[in-house]
Amino acid sequence: MDRNQAHRNRRRLLKTAHFIGLFLTMLVICVPGLWIVLNSFRPTVEIMAKPPVWVPSFTLDHYRAMFAGAGEGGVPVFSYFRNSLIVSVTSTFIAILIGMSGGYAFARYRFWGKNSYFVGLMLFRAVPGVALSLPLFIVFAKVGIIDTHFGLILAYVAMNVPFTIWLTDGFFRQIPKELHEAAEIDGCTRWQAFWKVEFPVARSGVASAGIFAFLTSWNEFALASQLTRSVGSKTMPVGLLDFTAEFTINWGGMCALAVLMIVPALILTFIVQKHLIAGLTFGGVKG
Amino acid sequence: MTEVTLSNVVKKYGALQAVHGIDLDIQDGEFVVLVGPSGCGKSTTLRMIAGLEDISGGEVSIGGRVVNDLPPRERNISMVFQNYALYPHMTVRENLGFSLKIAKRPGAEITEAVNEAAQILGLDELMDRKPAALSGGQRQRVAMGRAIVRHPDVFLFDEPLSNLDAKLRTQMRVEIKKLHQKVESTIIYVTHDQIEAMTLADRIVLMRDGHIVQVGTPLELFNAPVDTFVATFIGSPPMNLVDGVVEDGQIVLDGGVTLPVPTTAGRLSEGQAIKFGFRADNLMPAGHAVDEDGAVYELDLAVTLTEPLGTETLLFTNMAGVEVQGKMFNPRPVRPGEKMNFRLMLDKCHVFDAQSGHAIRR
Repeated sequence: MDRNQAHRNRRRLLKTAHFIGLFLTMLVICVPGLWIVLNSFRPTVEIMAKPPVWVPSFTLDHYRAMFAGAGEGGVPVFSYFRNSLIVSVTSTFIAILIGMSGGYAFARYRFWGKNSYFVGLMLFRAVPGVALSLPLFIVFAKVGIIDTHFGLILAYVAMNVPFTIWLTDGFFRQIPKELHEAAEIDGCTRWQAFWKVEFPVARSGVASAGIFAFLTSWNEFALASQLTRSVGSKTMPVGLLDFTAEFTINWGGMCALAVLMIVPALILTFIVQKHLIAGLTFGGVKG
Repeated sequence: MTEVTLSNVVKKYGALQAVHGIDLDIQDGEFVVLVGPSGCGKSTTLRMIAGLEDISGGEVSIGGRVVNDLPPRERNISMVFQNYALYPHMTVRENLGFSLKIAKRPGAEITEAVNEAAQILGLDELMDRKPAALSGGQRQRVAMGRAIVRHPDVFLFDEPLSNLDAKLRTQMRVEIKKLHQKVESTIIYVTHDQIEAMTLADRIVLMRDGHIVQVGTPLELFNAPVDTFVATFIGSPPMNLVDGVVEDGQIVLDGGVTLPVPTTAGRLSEGQAIKFGFRADNLMPAGHAVDEDGAVYELDLAVTLTEPLGTETLLFTNMAGVEVQGKMFNPRPVRPGEKMNFRLMLDKCHVFDAQSGHAIRR
């Protein structure tokens, strides 16, 4: 009886500790994001206040100013948004197309140097993007694709393909090879077997690879800040810099733009959430 | 007419040779079972017939047409896989109709063929479910349905029952046999289970290490195994084998038992080391035997263990120092240690050469 009670207490205690631990972790992750959202609705005085003001007075001034003309603290939000969208969507699409083909090849075919090639792709990921920014800048400048959508898309595709290959390889590996064999016996060519059977089955995996690639491109700052110059190609993360002046930083405006940046990513993640979770657990075995 | 012919078929994986020049003629409408322990090359052979593995050497022809370099879709075969390989994103109906849809047949024809297959296999109720919502036996049936919808020339089965529990396996075995009687197509069936092979096959092809050891009807393999491997692989329990020597025209088993040479045995030379083989059915205690025609050798043996099976009881005992099994029909309870008078049916015994393992038969 006592032992039972002791075990029950112990379990309850562990459960509480578990909960508190999770709460603290989530707090660390969420508070900065929340702070950005709060700041975007606060007057500048409150943002700079010490000690911080927890209950803000609500204002839309920063949003109003951001969408206003150039002279009144406005920034070309719509151009930045369009640039971001074009660059992210296109680079994601291409990266998925290439990455999925690559992942499938790694999962299904045996070829010479396969393992070293795969490790090579992963090593490529170990190089920090910023380290590449100067060489990329020089090469792009010589070729003449600095400050263009194309240049940025090219950089992002190169950045995303290895990860996409790695992720989709895991998903295709999970699909038993008998599926495409059955399809081939049922009259499919290898190509049909892929599109009609293996691709639909791996759809959730491809979707999660897609959202990773999209978010990477959407949020990327270091390369974009080097490779873009003008309103015609600057993406939203780079646009955030517009709020820094020589001696001041317009925190409120910066936060407002950041919120605008977060929203589409959030919506997209919600839409594919079901796939994302199914995909990540499906591929989870390989790790 | 779709006979399948394999001539000198070889499969190599780099330096490793999995199949060593197989010759096999399969008649139209025949049910042939490839059986053997794992790694004997039976699945590889089947996959070469299906076109899923390249053929390293020799020739495979289906219906008189050499298919070595044809892709699977041009061989007009269908295959049932061990793990069913149902398309998880399609309903049962879509799974069944997939091959016809790929072949761009008209919708009405697809519906008709799918419904017909569903009826044969009792799938009507399940047509709108996805494979994940089916039990193992139902999935197995869908896999078979998918195979018959196309009316292929040849059915290939790759260990289709291995993933089912014992009871369901027996049921599906009967269904497969019924299916064969109905469609009358050529069937090539791979299994490692000798009972499946015995019950299903018109002809069994027993393989080991990439070679065919023996081809024949189930009863041929059971009654006249070519070597000790076949003798112990086919039949349950496996054939008892006891080492012995030929002396003075008689067989002396290592433990000292002396037996006359069975009438079935061929020419034996003096001093030849042999293995003496007999099935449990041919070692029966007196009063519990089914037939006592022919030459009988009587011996007293102590029972060490019993396995009652209902209509018969398996008796474990020691003969010439080797554990052997006998069978007791119309069984009565037997205590371990009890001495019984056994009758060995000499006419049904086998003699194998000890070195090569080959049967020495008249």
